[in-house]
Amino acid sequence: MPSFDAIIIGAGPNGLAAAHRLASKGQKVLVVEAAGTPGGGAGLSHLSYNLDPRAEKAMGLAAHGLEWLTTNLATTALCADGNHLRLEGPVGLRLSGDIAERDRRGWETLRARLLRFAAVLSPLNQFAPPRIAKGVGNPMGKLAMVALRARMLGAKDIRELGRIILTNVHDLLDDELSDPRLKGALAFDATLGGWLGPRSPNSVLPWLVRLSGQTAGKQGALGLPRGGMAALGAAMARSSEAQGVTLRCNARVARIVVDGERAIGVTLASGEEIRAARIVSCTAPKTTLLDLVGPRHLDAGLTTRARHQKSRGGAAKLDLTLKALPDFRGANLRDRLILSGSEHDVERAFNPVKYGRVPDRPGLEIVIPTSRDPRSDSKHHLSAIAQFAPHAPADREAARAQMLAACLMQLETHSPGIGALVESAELLMPYDIEDRYGLPGGQWHAGELSVEQMLFLRPLPGIAQYQGPIPGLWLASAGCHPGGGVSGSAGWNAALAMEAAE
Amino acid sequence: MIAQQSTLRHYETPLLKTHFHPRTEALNKLWSWGNWGGYTTVVSFDDVAMEHSAIRNSASVYDLCPMIKYRIEGPDAADYLNRLTIRDASKLSVGGVHYTAWVNDAGHLLDDGTLFRLASDRYRICCQERHLPWLLDSAHGFDVAITEETEDIAALSLQGPTSAEILRRAGFDIDGLKPFRMAEFPLGKGHLMISRTGFTGDLGYELWTSPDQALALWDLLFDAGRLHGLRPIGSDALNIARLEAGFIITGYDFTPADICVREDRLRSPLEMGLGWLIDWKKGHFTGKAALKRQHERGSDWSFVGIEIDGNVPADGAILYHDQKHEAGVITGACWSPVLKKNIALAQVRTKYAKAENLWAEIYALRELHYAKMMMRARLVERPFFAPDRRRATPPGRF
Repeated sequence: MPSFDAIIIGAGPNGLAAAHRLASKGQKVLVVEAAGTPGGGAGLSHLSYNLDPRAEKAMGLAAHGLEWLTTNLATTALCADGNHLRLEGPVGLRLSGDIAERDRRGWETLRARLLRFAAVLSPLNQFAPPRIAKGVGNPMGKLAMVALRARMLGAKDIRELGRIILTNVHDLLDDELSDPRLKGALAFDATLGGWLGPRSPNSVLPWLVRLSGQTAGKQGALGLPRGGMAALGAAMARSSEAQGVTLRCNARVARIVVDGERAIGVTLASGEEIRAARIVSCTAPKTTLLDLVGPRHLDAGLTTRARHQKSRGGAAKLDLTLKALPDFRGANLRDRLILSGSEHDVERAFNPVKYGRVPDRPGLEIVIPTSRDPRSDSKHHLSAIAQFAPHAPADREAARAQMLAACLMQLETHSPGIGALVESAELLMPYDIEDRYGLPGGQWHAGELSVEQMLFLRPLPGIAQYQGPIPGLWLASAGCHPGGGVSGSAGWNAALAMEAAE
Repeated sequence: MIAQQSTLRHYETPLLKTHFHPRTEALNKLWSWGNWGGYTTVVSFDDVAMEHSAIRNSASVYDLCPMIKYRIEGPDAADYLNRLTIRDASKLSVGGVHYTAWVNDAGHLLDDGTLFRLASDRYRICCQERHLPWLLDSAHGFDVAITEETEDIAALSLQGPTSAEILRRAGFDIDGLKPFRMAEFPLGKGHLMISRTGFTGDLGYELWTSPDQALALWDLLFDAGRLHGLRPIGSDALNIARLEAGFIITGYDFTPADICVREDRLRSPLEMGLGWLIDWKKGHFTGKAALKRQHERGSDWSFVGIEIDGNVPADGAILYHDQKHEAGVITGACWSPVLKKNIALAQVRTKYAKAENLWAEIYALRELHYAKMMMRARLVERPFFAPDRRRATPPGRF
């Protein structure tokens, strides 16, 4: 039986990034993936907003088949009467459409400020969170640079950052803007993938984290790979294999083997046991700790904290196969389409979800990749993220049917006749996402990305530096710092932490 | 604990009464009551010296009802307790009792207590503090049921040289019962569990029965003990005996981690002289990694027994090295009537745990003015007092 230096659980972006980095340093690495193909959560998303530039470069993803259809996807905020608003360039650099000059200028100022703030935070994505203790080897130089860059914002900006950082998206937008279409689209974008509405406290910081991402060197830009995000996952897998990583799909890990209070291997669902000096779990921390390791090998307090870690998914994934291209009242179908209504509509879509119910008018982030990259059968694919959806409704089947009907109703309102074009529809509710992708609660970030679960509190206090609670175990999923998206940052940071620990 | 709970308006009765209250109330000549875990308990019935003398020279009865009790049962009970406590609970045989402790993730003490193995899959924990949330949290992933049964059990501690003889006279054959073992006997329409355990370091037993048998048990003991100097005691007398035996009390000798506010007051078993309880080989338990780190690094604090010159109890006294540098604090102290010595338990900084030149700064209130004394303190082995009779089986006929 071949032996490995490291076994990585999960061939998602983080697993593959960590695998590549470790293999490039001469380690023998095995990646075990439950699904039939690599890519993990990449296949769940439909856009790229925070691919880690270190991983992209070192893995040579372009050479391994990553091709961008665009690295600067524009957004159209749909309006039911066809009075759409278009946001071109990263994070709506240019607004076009019928919009008041006051809002145009207001957004210009707010956008620039948010991007400045996000840029100050973005270096934090590239190293392990500091520990709140003395003499524990914190990267003081890097932290000082972050502090210095924050200082260089100037007193006015620092005050403003302090004012808004723990506030909510709704109030922030309300301070500067009046156009409900713009506020709605921004509020929707800010809360994508979270379990909070625009009026929820602390909703601004997760938005800043999102804005700290980049595509092709442009902060806040959205990228669309040819073949979808799954193709990005596939490119990462090819790159890792070229680096010497052994990749085994259809290999679900049932347990992490702990012996002598050390993680020494994994047992697959098939019963096969594989050993390695290092076990790197790129599946959600909650799942890793509670299911794969199990409470018997963990301290009671940690187990409780893991159980209480918040991991509620609020987003559903909708995929439609259409006979022909729909018409969203003239909107550019090559854009990302946001169908959200006003900022109040976004909040209203969140309200019932708090109580496990389905909203009447969920918001949708729509991408039609076939508008740029036609399929051979000339059919079209509409991919949408629908918010908000309950993660634990009383009746799952009924909730799914209700959510699908609500989504189709929303689409019909904005694109009359689209219903007749639908050939097949698949809706993944948060609990379906949990079943298929192993994300607890169907949470897109493998644990809510909220202020109390960020930085040195992510995934849990005490284990935020990628080193697991037992020797030999490392945590490197999106549930770790800096969080989700299809970035590979957590995996890359974890690999760096492993190197530093040697 | 008297069957009044369901109709009780708690705000009218801040302190509850134990199952033995009708008897302790009648005997409490000084009307000296104290609060123990929310229950009305006797501090002293009439004379502390005489009560202590009963513990060491005849026999004493102490109302144990407020002791917190949890029943832990299920197929995973042993595994659960091994993860919860620092000692190996699976090694405890059915009918056995052991002293143990439990800590949080950081290795800081939450409580100590006695663990009774009632059956292969059923245990009872008796301890000072309430821990239900911690016990329930710890149960995640284990097939166990945890029941708070403090109110369901009436318990007395019968301690002293004549305690065995009193039990014999009451009709219980305890000759074969070894220390830290228990046995069950019929009692009225119920039953009585007798364990050879206690908190005095002397020959003694703890008696556990159902609340409906409580007063009958009390009366049975006092009838049987009429000619053997049986006497009810309060917590003051017990405190002297436990100090002589070198036993610690949670909340007195250390602050339990779950209610401790000051970070530098947290104590581990290693720092409280309980390192001997830790089973490093049994596998994982909560706090093990932290304790192992501390074990390897060495701990800042140590727990010691000391003898102090003079006869003034040194409760709360600060210890100094060379009369200059603070070395620790006394957590419990008394004049020991048995040893005729001034004894104390103390937390000291480990660097002074073997020091010679230690002093206790004692403030004694003498007719409204404090007399300040700097008295020589000598480190001595615990227990201070450990008579052979506590272990003799069969127990002597005193």
